[in-house]
Amino acid sequence: MKKKPLNRFLIYFVLVFFVIIFLLPAYMVIVTSFKSPDQIELTRVWQLPNPWYFQSFIEAWETFAPNLKNSALLVVPATVLSAILGSLNGYVLSKWKFKGSNILFQLMLFGMFIPYQSILIPLFQFLDRVGLYGSIQGLILVHVVYGLPITTLIFRNYYAEVPTEMIEAGKIDGAGFFKIYSRIVFPISLPGFVVVIIWQFTQIWNEFLFAVTLTSGTGNTPITVALQNLAGGRAVQWNLPMAGSLMAALPTLLVYLFLGRYFIRGLLAGSVKG
Amino acid sequence: MNIKKIALKRDQMIAFLMILPSLILIGLFVYGFIFQTAWSSFTDWEGVAAGIEKNFIGFENYKNLFTKLLDIRFRQSLVNTLFFTVFFIAGCLSLGLLFAILLDQNIRFEGVFRLIFLYPMSLSFIVSGTVWRWLLNPKGGINLLPTLFGLDPLEIKWLTDRTQIWQFDWIALPKYLGYLLLALMIFLAIRNFRAGKKWGSAIMALIGIATLIWLLSGKADQILILDYPEPHGFNLALIGIVLAAVWQMSGYMMAMYIAGIRGVPDELREAARVDGASEIKIYRDIILPMLRPITLSAMIVLGHISLKIFDLIFVMVGPDNATTDVPGVLMFLTAFRGNQFAKGAAIAMVMLLIVAFVIVPYLVNTLRTEHEL
Repeated sequence: MKKKPLNRFLIYFVLVFFVIIFLLPAYMVIVTSFKSPDQIELTRVWQLPNPWYFQSFIEAWETFAPNLKNSALLVVPATVLSAILGSLNGYVLSKWKFKGSNILFQLMLFGMFIPYQSILIPLFQFLDRVGLYGSIQGLILVHVVYGLPITTLIFRNYYAEVPTEMIEAGKIDGAGFFKIYSRIVFPISLPGFVVVIIWQFTQIWNEFLFAVTLTSGTGNTPITVALQNLAGGRAVQWNLPMAGSLMAALPTLLVYLFLGRYFIRGLLAGSVKG
Repeated sequence: MNIKKIALKRDQMIAFLMILPSLILIGLFVYGFIFQTAWSSFTDWEGVAAGIEKNFIGFENYKNLFTKLLDIRFRQSLVNTLFFTVFFIAGCLSLGLLFAILLDQNIRFEGVFRLIFLYPMSLSFIVSGTVWRWLLNPKGGINLLPTLFGLDPLEIKWLTDRTQIWQFDWIALPKYLGYLLLALMIFLAIRNFRAGKKWGSAIMALIGIATLIWLLSGKADQILILDYPEPHGFNLALIGIVLAAVWQMSGYMMAMYIAGIRGVPDELREAARVDGASEIKIYRDIILPMLRPITLSAMIVLGHISLKIFDLIFVMVGPDNATTDVPGVLMFLTAFRGNQFAKGAAIAMVMLLIVAFVIVPYLVNTLRTEHEL
C-alpha cells in the first residue's frame, strides 16, 4: 500500500499533539515537585526548576512513609487472598457447574457494578460492631469481599479456555476436586494469577472511598487518604503534594510500565465478556 | 463404577462447599447491606450515638430529595451527573476511537504511543485529581500555556466558574420524564419490531401513544412538583473535571478499540482493498460496524464509573463546593460528615437504582448470549 506523504505527516502530527497533552500533567508534577516553595510562582509554573530542589521529597517521605507502609500492608494480603479465592471460585464456576451456578455467578457479578455508597453505611456499622473499624484488617476484608466478583470473573473466563477433556480425563483417573485443581488447573493458572494480581494491586492501592470512610482519623490511613488530606487543605505548598503524588503513583506506574500487557488484559476483562 | 459416581457426587459437594464462603460473603456484604440501606432510607435515622431512635417514615426522604427546598443540592447533583456522564462518555469514545484508528496505520513507535495514552489509567483518581487541580488554577497552569508562545494567557475560571447554561425548570420534571418515556418507547417499539417481536412492539407503541396523549392533553403541565420555579443546568465548572476524567479514561477506550480492530480479519480488509475500497470506506463500512458491540459494553462500563464517581471530584474541588456536587460526593458528606444517615441512605439508593437501570439489562443480555453459544 502506498500512502500519501501528507497523510502520514498529519497522523504523526495529531499523535504527537496528543502525546504532549497527555504528558503535560506528568511534566507539571515533576517540575513542581523539584522546585523550592519560593520558586513556585504562578507565572513561572511551566518553567524548569532552577536550581533543582530535592528537599520536597525528603519532607514528603517523612510525611507519607507511614501511609505508604499502611498501603503496602493492605494491598499485599488483600491482593493475595482475593486472587486465591477468585481462582477457586472460577474453577468451580467453570468446571464444576451445578444447578443454579450461572445465576449465582450473575448475582455475584452485580456486586462489581454497585455504587459502594449503597452499602457504605451498613458496612461501617458492621466493621464497628466486629471491632475492625479503623483497622487495616478491616480494609483487607472489605477489599477481598468486593474484589470477589472481578477476580472470579477473570478466572472463570480464563478456565473456560481449559479443555473440559483434560478435567474429564482427570476424573476418569480417579482424581478428585483438589487433585484436579493442584495437578491440572493450578499449574496453568500463572497468566490468570498475574492478570488478577496486577488488577487487584492497582485497584486497592488507588482506592479512596472505603479508605476515607473506614480509616479516617486513625493512624491506619492509606496513602490516597493522606495525599487528599494534604492537597485538599487551604493554602497548599504545591511542591509537597506533587512530590507525594509521585510517590503515590510510583508503585502502580512501575507495574504498568513493566507488566503493561497483563494490565491491559485485566482492563479488558472488566467489561464482562473480555 | 458406582464408587466413582459416589466420588463424583462427593467432589461436586466439595466444589459447592468451596464456593460457599464467597457466596455467603457476597450475600451479606452486597445484598444484605443493600437491603439494610434500603430499610434505613425509609426511616428518620440521624447519628450513630447509642439510644438514637429510628422511626419508619415511608418515602419521606425520597420525597424531600426530589421536592424539598433545602435539598436543592441533591437535584443539582443529579443534573451534574447527567451532563458529566454525557460529556465524559462522548470524550472517551471519540478520543479512544481516534487513537485506535491512528495507531492502526502501521505507525512507528506504536507501542510508545499506546503506553503514553494509557498510563493515566494506572493512576489513582486521587493523584490525577491533585495534579489537575493544580493545572486548572485560574491564574496558572493551563491558562498560562499560551504565554509560552508569546500569546495572552487564557482567562478561563475552570473549577471556580459559577456560570450555569442550558437551564431547565425542575418544577416541570414530570413533563420532561414524559418526553423521555416517549422517546424510549419509540426506540423499543422499533427495536422489537425489527427483531420480529410483534407483541412487544405493539405494547411499547401503546405505552408510547398513551404518553403522547398525556403530554398533548396538557395534563402533564399541571403537575408541578414544587411551589416555585427552580432552574437547574450545566455548570461550567464541570468542564475541568470532565477534562481530567477523559484524560484518565480515554486510554481504556483506545485499548478496547485496538483489541476490536485487531479482531477484524485481515482477509476482509484485503478483499475490500482489492475491490477498490478506499481506506476511509473500509473503516466506515467494515470496521466501525464491527466495533459496535465494543462501544456498547464500553459505554456501560464508562457509564457506571461516571454515575458513581466520587474520588476525582472530592479531591479536585473539596467537600464544600456545591456547584460540582455529584450524588456520590453528596451521599458521603450527608452521611459521614453530617450524620444524616437516613438521607444519605436514600441518596445511595437513588444512585443504586440508576446504576442498576443501566447494568442489569446489560448483565442479563451478556449472559444470555453466552448461554446460546
